[in-house]
Amino acid sequence: MLAYITRRILYAIPILIGVNLITFTLFFVVNSPDDVARVHLGDKHVTEQAIEKWKAARGYDKPLMYNAGASGIDKIRETIFFEKSAKLFAFDFGAADDGRDIGYDIRQRMWPSLAIAIPSLIIGLLVNITVAMVLAFFRASYIDIVGVIFGVVLMSISSMFYIIGGQYLISKSLHLVPISGYDDGFNAIKFLVLPVIVGLVSGIGSGTRWYRTIFLEEINRDYVRTARAKGLLESRVLFKHILKNAMIPILTGVVVILPVLFMGSLITESFFGIPGLGSYVIDAIQAQDFAIVRAMVFLGSVLYIIGLILTDISYTLVDPRVRLS
Amino acid sequence: MSLLGYQFSPLWTDWLVYLLVFFGVAFFLYARRHEHLSRPWRQVVQRPLAMSAALVLVIYIIIGLADSFHVREQRENSANDGSQVFSSEVISLLDIALTTLRHQQETTYSAPFALHSYAKESLELPDGSIVREFPRLKYGGAHLDELSQQQTDIAAKMFRALIESLLILLVLIAVLNYFLSRQQSLGYRQQFMLLQAGETNVPWRSLLMTGFVIILVALVLVKLAPYYHVLGTDKVGQDVLYLSLKSIRTGLVIGSLTTLFVLPFALSLGIMAGYFRGRVDDFIQYLYTTLSSIPSVLLIAASVLMIDVYIQNNAEQFQTIAERADARLFFLCLILGVTGWVGLCRLLRGEALKLREIDYIQASQAFGVSHTRILSRHILPNVMHIVLITLVLDFSGLVLAEAVLSYIGVGVDPSMISWGNMINGARLEMAREPIVWWSLVAAFIFMFVLVLCANLFSDAVRDAFDPRIHGR
Repeated sequence: MLAYITRRILYAIPILIGVNLITFTLFFVVNSPDDVARVHLGDKHVTEQAIEKWKAARGYDKPLMYNAGASGIDKIRETIFFEKSAKLFAFDFGAADDGRDIGYDIRQRMWPSLAIAIPSLIIGLLVNITVAMVLAFFRASYIDIVGVIFGVVLMSISSMFYIIGGQYLISKSLHLVPISGYDDGFNAIKFLVLPVIVGLVSGIGSGTRWYRTIFLEEINRDYVRTARAKGLLESRVLFKHILKNAMIPILTGVVVILPVLFMGSLITESFFGIPGLGSYVIDAIQAQDFAIVRAMVFLGSVLYIIGLILTDISYTLVDPRVRLS
Repeated sequence: MSLLGYQFSPLWTDWLVYLLVFFGVAFFLYARRHEHLSRPWRQVVQRPLAMSAALVLVIYIIIGLADSFHVREQRENSANDGSQVFSSEVISLLDIALTTLRHQQETTYSAPFALHSYAKESLELPDGSIVREFPRLKYGGAHLDELSQQQTDIAAKMFRALIESLLILLVLIAVLNYFLSRQQSLGYRQQFMLLQAGETNVPWRSLLMTGFVIILVALVLVKLAPYYHVLGTDKVGQDVLYLSLKSIRTGLVIGSLTTLFVLPFALSLGIMAGYFRGRVDDFIQYLYTTLSSIPSVLLIAASVLMIDVYIQNNAEQFQTIAERADARLFFLCLILGVTGWVGLCRLLRGEALKLREIDYIQASQAFGVSHTRILSRHILPNVMHIVLITLVLDFSGLVLAEAVLSYIGVGVDPSMISWGNMINGARLEMAREPIVWWSLVAAFIFMFVLVLCANLFSDAVRDAFDPRIHGR
């Protein structure tokens, strides 16, 4: 087991190097730091000195990959690639354009993101599985057909309309909870209720549909026929046998997104004014703060790769048929 | 090239749209001659819900295509020295068809069917005194002598639209029934009974009902839109109906052009990885695992930001705002394609892995058929169903993604008319009292109908083409 995990982690390293090279190319090769400086300074007729000053303040005044002017190891170290990209491997994200430490901001902002993501995930999972089971139990009846069509209708609505509709209905008309904002500790709950509900409703269409196909796939298996042949009640077959086996794909599907939950949801957080990582990214995009976007791209990839490794491990744990090879 | 005082001047994305239409027609002709592709289509054609959805999609596509033929108008004063001078403003055939709507611009917001503006203005009365009043709209209900006539006027116009669409429906039924009875060699009355009971092979009854709703809505709009702002006006007084119709092209282009960029990557890499295995497979797998491990929204955002920097630094390459917006739309599709090919590539790799072990491939290898020929003649045609299913299923997701990306600020150009930009603009006005809801509702309806129809249609396509579903 240990050897397997080590191998998986070692396999992640070339992928992370690839991610790093892609971000480096995107942010420094496609456009030179001079171009970025010109856009940031806003004016068409910026002086050379202003560009040099802007670059020096952010450490973009070094050569890209190889510093011929330096000596020894500094030929590699005194470059944009080493300073800005290679340091990401040590989770040293550097400073944002306004001088704040990105690493500190990320550690602060991940908690509000998790405060929304975790309840949304758990409640969404429970509701989706329940509805999907009801549909699978009444399969090919009118309840199933209406449920499936209703699911397609719910899926066809943009998530932004759920948010706007929820804010209008629950906050503006009924005045039940505040429209947006955030607070520390338990005071945060009243701000979290609406995002969680909206997240649940907007995900129910696709979630139910996905789980329903998983259930229907299991229902056609041989062990189900055997269980029915033994004379078990349909409800018992569903809850005891099918649910247990269907949980394997469902749970491994959840494991892969667990680490990414830290990243938060872009639009939910920005609509509800929650100071999480999602709104951090949006603010950075709108301010064209490339240092933050670069850091978040790298962090997101790391978390996603961790998710993949966890999925592989959990497969081997829940399903003994999957061998460690 | 000029015709009737218009000069044909397509944008970049227009050419790609034509290319896509060409591919679509070519695929249709190819599928007709190949039983394994045409049989599932015949199955799709028999599904009432899917065919109704397809009819609505066709309407959207016609509007989108009309909006993809861009021309420049001839200037009035061009005749004096014989040379023709064309306006720098590029407009589309749809713009020409909607000239009335396009020019009926008010000063600011107004509610649907409103006669007065949303905001109060200082008005000078004939006697010279100044009052703060809701000013009368310049175009909304301008033909009315008495403002109280508005409701009877609207009702009369809608009633006329209803009668006319009923007449059209009757004619359609009569003509269709005539041709069907000829084709089936049945009596006219006998055929009509079948049609009425919905027992025809192609679900004509559902198609007629959907067609009737479409004709009714279209006629109501044609009758009312020149006189009222049926869906209100936006911040600068543009008719929201016009904006919603113009957004159709943006949505369709993003949903479909992206596939044009997805296909070369996914097809070539996916098939090669599965067929050659070994080193090639390792490399391609490494490539797409790396790309897919970057959260797609962030990758799209980073790429679009970089394209933005490029466009801003090379502004002189784009002569007009429309051209700049078009370039950005093009790059957005390109980026969505480059970030979106992984899923399809993975599926194709799996299928190619399976296919290469099957006897007929093994046999052609034994005969010494070249790899290129095996790939193009034997593997490619047998993975087409996966390509088709994936592309159709991805379409609605891309249309929805456009709105989200435009909201984040990495979508289409802010000057381009799109549902995302409409939502974004309307969202800022949610706090106003009374609430400005119509832009939001208009974008919602137009997007919802498109995405819902695309989803219903793609479900039918998937059911028909996916061999795994046949067994059930």
